[in-house]
Amino acid sequence: MSASVAKANALSVTRADVEDFLYMEAALLDEWKLADWLALFAPGARYWVPPAGASDDADPATTLFYVADDYHRLTERVKRLGKKTAHVEFPHSRCRRMVSNVRIVSGTDDAFVAMSNYVTYRSKRGITETYLGHHRYTLCRDGNSIKIKHKTTFVDTDDINAQGKVSIIL
Amino acid sequence: MGAVAAEPLIEPYVVEDERRGLFRVNRRVFVDAAVLERERALIFDKCWLYVGHESEVARPGDFLTRTVGGRELIFVRGKDARVRAFFNTCPHRGAMVCREKSGNGTMFRCFYHAWAFDLQGKLVARPGTERYAEGSNADGVHDLVEAPKLDAYRGLYFVNYDRRAVDLVTYLAGATEFLDLVMDQSEVAMEIVGGAQEYGFAANWKLLCENSIDGYHGMPTHATYFDYVMASGGQLGENLTIVNRPNDLGNGHAVIEYGAPWGRPVAKPVKAWGEKGDADTAEIRARLEQRFGKARAERIAYQNRNMLIFPNLVINDIMAVTVRTFFPVAPGQQTVTAWALAPKEENAVMRERRLYNYLEFLGPGGFATPDDCEALALCQRGYNNLAMASWNDISKGMKEQNPTIEDEAQMRVFWREWHRRMSGAAS
Repeated sequence: MSASVAKANALSVTRADVEDFLYMEAALLDEWKLADWLALFAPGARYWVPPAGASDDADPATTLFYVADDYHRLTERVKRLGKKTAHVEFPHSRCRRMVSNVRIVSGTDDAFVAMSNYVTYRSKRGITETYLGHHRYTLCRDGNSIKIKHKTTFVDTDDINAQGKVSIIL
Repeated sequence: MGAVAAEPLIEPYVVEDERRGLFRVNRRVFVDAAVLERERALIFDKCWLYVGHESEVARPGDFLTRTVGGRELIFVRGKDARVRAFFNTCPHRGAMVCREKSGNGTMFRCFYHAWAFDLQGKLVARPGTERYAEGSNADGVHDLVEAPKLDAYRGLYFVNYDRRAVDLVTYLAGATEFLDLVMDQSEVAMEIVGGAQEYGFAANWKLLCENSIDGYHGMPTHATYFDYVMASGGQLGENLTIVNRPNDLGNGHAVIEYGAPWGRPVAKPVKAWGEKGDADTAEIRARLEQRFGKARAERIAYQNRNMLIFPNLVINDIMAVTVRTFFPVAPGQQTVTAWALAPKEENAVMRERRLYNYLEFLGPGGFATPDDCEALALCQRGYNNLAMASWNDISKGMKEQNPTIEDEAQMRVFWREWHRRMSGAAS
């Protein structure tokens, strides 16, 4: 095995690194620092939210998702949520994200898959909604940091009748 | 039901004053449990209600379970290829016989005492059946109960809980013309794509009837969506014969027809689709023109249609085609199910553009629907003031000879039919 192949197959990132990264990501979202959050994504990255109860291999080409953003639309989503005319999130809801069960599943520094469980609370006008599920990330090492290439947020409830929308970034 | 229908309306719910040009709806209709009870008896138990699309039960044995008009249904295609709707309750003790959302099978078996029914609803097996008197099921009392009426128009299946209801085509009235403009987009058949979006929100169901055909709220409510369309190369396009009009389709059904800057998979390109998009949509329009002539082809391809079929089916043929139905669970709470509809023969690239378009506007994660739901939830909350602020206004364009989609003529169509039925008029 050549040296370059060995290097490409290596993963120098630890679970603790990923945990630090995901906790930071959650904090940026909780604090509505969405431009900083967007900067965690590599150009060309995607952000998906399949319908409640979807399997891990769900594909927006054949399944009706809630969110299937390419990088352009993700950028536009962040712009939108910064406007007062994004009525559903003006004034901004209060949110708090719990992230746990972090695992690195597979991969190399160029692209590795990490999973986590989440519970996200969104509170507005006296009503607190609870989202729960798991995230699947494709991440890559970027110098001393990490970038997101693809984030998929699975909502692990039967439906979203109680929440009614995915108006925040989960 | 008869008793409910016989009770007089105590207060005016819909007041139309042609002289002053005022059309007002009493806000009590959005909050009163007695009104909802009356709606269940006089509207949901009398009108044709959408159940599902033929493509969702394409093969014999395909089934799905749905709650329609407050009742639990099994919607299934039998071995004889006929589609039926059964009440999802065992004739023995009442347990729901089918517990899955969808699937394919040869029978339904209630797990409680293991009574089993074939796809035609007939009891075919049960433990200890020899202990039942001979002939005790002669008239089918041990079979699944079938919904009183089920019928389809161009792939859309509707159920009716009133045996005496008029037939479906008569009921749909002028809506068939506009359903044809949607269904004619395929040379084979239209199909539901990729499942459903199921959500809910805290607002009366009638507010979503209004909102789904409301051309007045577009710019103020959806400014961020239009910002996005323009940032993504949207355009009104050239050579378009733009109409802008509401239509009263009879029996409470209404539609608005108009042009808009977004792209349409059938078949109006936008810059973001590139030259390939121009070529793909030109080919689709050419086929439409061969089948229907230029005028109808352009109407299908370029015009948008938001249609309400009374009481609670919306088919919006806009940047994608959505089929949406919704039911009250309480005066101030509703559940919504929404699907994407597309031509079966659509190529993979155009299908991808369609779903991409769908998600940018529609559904719980779209750039528009969540703002609609927020607006309706704020209306509902505002009705806490109804004792002292009692009326909704639906007067826009009352005196206009040629109302536009930004007027409210199409909502008045809905409200007149709602009022007629709630006043106990025969269906």
